Amino acid sequence: MSGRDDILAAVRANRPRGDHPLPSVPLFDRSPPASLLARFKENLHRMGGEVLDLPVSGDLLAPVRAKIASGNVVCSVVPEIVGNRNIAGIGTPQDLADVDFAIVGASFAVAETGSLLLSEADLRVNAVAYLAQHLIVLLDPADILANLHHAYRRPEFRGNHYCCFHTGPSATADIEGVLIHGAQGVRSLSVLPLARTA
Amino acid sequence: MSARQHQTEAQPSMLHPELCASDDPDAIVRDGRRLDHAEGASKPLRPKPEKQPRGALIRGNRPVNQAEAAARFIAAPEHEKMHDERLWDLRQKRDREMHGIPEWEELRSLASAIKEHTLAHLDTYLEEFEVHATATGVHVHWARDAAEHNRIVHGILRDHGARSLIKSKSMLTEECGFRHYMASVGIDVIETDLGERIQQLDNEDPSHVVVPAVHKLRTDVAQVFARTLDTDPDNSDVHYLAERQREANRPLILAADAGMTGANFAVAETGTFAVCTNEGNADLSANVPKLHIASIGIEKVIPRLEHLAVFIRLLSRSALGSPITQYTSHFRGPRAGGEMHVVLVDNGRSERLGMAEFWTSLKCIRCGACMNTCPVYRRSGGLSYGATYSGPIGLIIDPTFNARKYSNLPFASTLNGSCSNVCPVKINIHEQIYAWRRVLVERHEVPLAKKAAMKAAGALLSRPAAYRAAIAAADTALAHLPRFVVYNGLNAWGKHREVPHPPKQTFHSWYQANRGARS
Repeated sequence: MSGRDDILAAVRANRPRGDHPLPSVPLFDRSPPASLLARFKENLHRMGGEVLDLPVSGDLLAPVRAKIASGNVVCSVVPEIVGNRNIAGIGTPQDLADVDFAIVGASFAVAETGSLLLSEADLRVNAVAYLAQHLIVLLDPADILANLHHAYRRPEFRGNHYCCFHTGPSATADIEGVLIHGAQGVRSLSVLPLARTA
Repeated sequence: MSARQHQTEAQPSMLHPELCASDDPDAIVRDGRRLDHAEGASKPLRPKPEKQPRGALIRGNRPVNQAEAAARFIAAPEHEKMHDERLWDLRQKRDREMHGIPEWEELRSLASAIKEHTLAHLDTYLEEFEVHATATGVHVHWARDAAEHNRIVHGILRDHGARSLIKSKSMLTEECGFRHYMASVGIDVIETDLGERIQQLDNEDPSHVVVPAVHKLRTDVAQVFARTLDTDPDNSDVHYLAERQREANRPLILAADAGMTGANFAVAETGTFAVCTNEGNADLSANVPKLHIASIGIEKVIPRLEHLAVFIRLLSRSALGSPITQYTSHFRGPRAGGEMHVVLVDNGRSERLGMAEFWTSLKCIRCGACMNTCPVYRRSGGLSYGATYSGPIGLIIDPTFNARKYSNLPFASTLNGSCSNVCPVKINIHEQIYAWRRVLVERHEVPLAKKAAMKAAGALLSRPAAYRAAIAAADTALAHLPRFVVYNGLNAWGKHREVPHPPKQTFHSWYQANRGARS
């Protein structure tokens, strides 16, 4: 017999007794926060991320431009910002090794945890969100959901081969609990709450 | 004895143990002579870092002596204190998160019920997972045991001519002795989780399922990195050490032929598997090389995406006291131009499923909350258990792998029940620890002295009159016996603590005298 058949046969033979019904999971949204953006911001800050203040007038992207001004290599996946490393021209992920700033758009965000969902459609080349030194994310405040129960109903989880919740930058506390940002991936994560244009 | 010798012994700290060598690279030399105006040729004093206590001694199949290794850990007070406080801090942060979620207990009940349902229908959900993963282009393999897992992964790597593999942390691959096997077939494995990388470079197993190097002080890490990454052995600044590791790992990540991850959950309805990390290292391992292999224990499967929400909400809150890990990655198929393989591994799980008293240990989501709260674990360090899984969950899983080798482990517990109280999937851990003691005694896996004592206690406890007589006699004896009789090698209780003062009267005789007449 194959390993597969052996394992399945053993699992069937050793099936635990008793009735074990599958519960349905409520959405746990009886007391939503007054402001989803405020709750998202508060939780992302706790996890080491930063929400940039949107200018009330003038160039709405000014906070992003100010950030990337110090970078040599900027790779933008969003039409709002023009970088100097074209994501469409990337042959292999290794071509992104020297990127200082990557700018991407999020599919949606979750207020409960301060998370952003970045899918393969948002990233174009998945590795851009990990090889860059710093990550900047544009998020439409209308796309903030209350909690993870709502999040897992979204179509992104069924349509993409890859998607990932980002909640702050790469972090570790593996040595004596000392918190370090930029353990392996991005050293910082900034979010600009900007309405989608299209 | 001369006055000088006397002073050396009385005040060693006043004398520098070493002076700068004649070839000191910091020396300023002019005209062939070392300038020494105002220079101190003495080296600054630094307290010598405490040596890291190592884990349990493994002697083939012989029972691991957890108590012996724990005693060595306790004998290193700096290590013990840091370890104890660090893990208790995680426990307190977990409590803080718990209080922030009104539905916390409801989530625990849901998580437990979902896992029990899935385990009771595991064949169906595994097949469903396979169908959906295959449909999106994932190659699904099945491995009966550790050896088959290692052979399958090696086969995939060989087919692609891969010589180097970057991987994220996976307890399953620890269980499989994966790194040792890969070394034997000439494949270079690079762990990309900082804690796991430290352990790999130190040739030591992880001591905790979430924070693998939690038993090490920064000075220990400085020594490991000095030896392996050429860092300054005297610089134990944590930021410096982490940064040097990042810089050393990055080129290896970029050059790797293949990437490997584990999985925290596998969703049957979509063929998705989810991986939770804080460093983003699973995403680097999976998204930089073309080839991604994921090793997944068969108990990781859950039915639907809506159930994933329950577990993601519980996992990091229970583990680290953060609302979620920095990265929660969902893989459902290979990326364009890439290739993805999943290896579903049994390695004793299907057998455990058939153990009426112990099958619910398969609900475990490897958060480590039971370890962080356990007074025995916090004081003795994970390596004292000499097994892949340490702490309370280890006590009930390890004997399923080897009942003789791990026969002492279920006794490394006070049965206080805190582990069961913090478990996010409501495993009755302390009850299973107790049940394992009984099973191991029945199977004659318990040492004679322990068994004789338990047998005598059992006989005594079953006869109230004999018990009362024995207690009264023991109290009288304890009050009058000399210390050397009470505190000797046979009384484990008296080794690290004082035996309680014997009462003048037993409760039973007090009751008879004061209340007995009324009843």
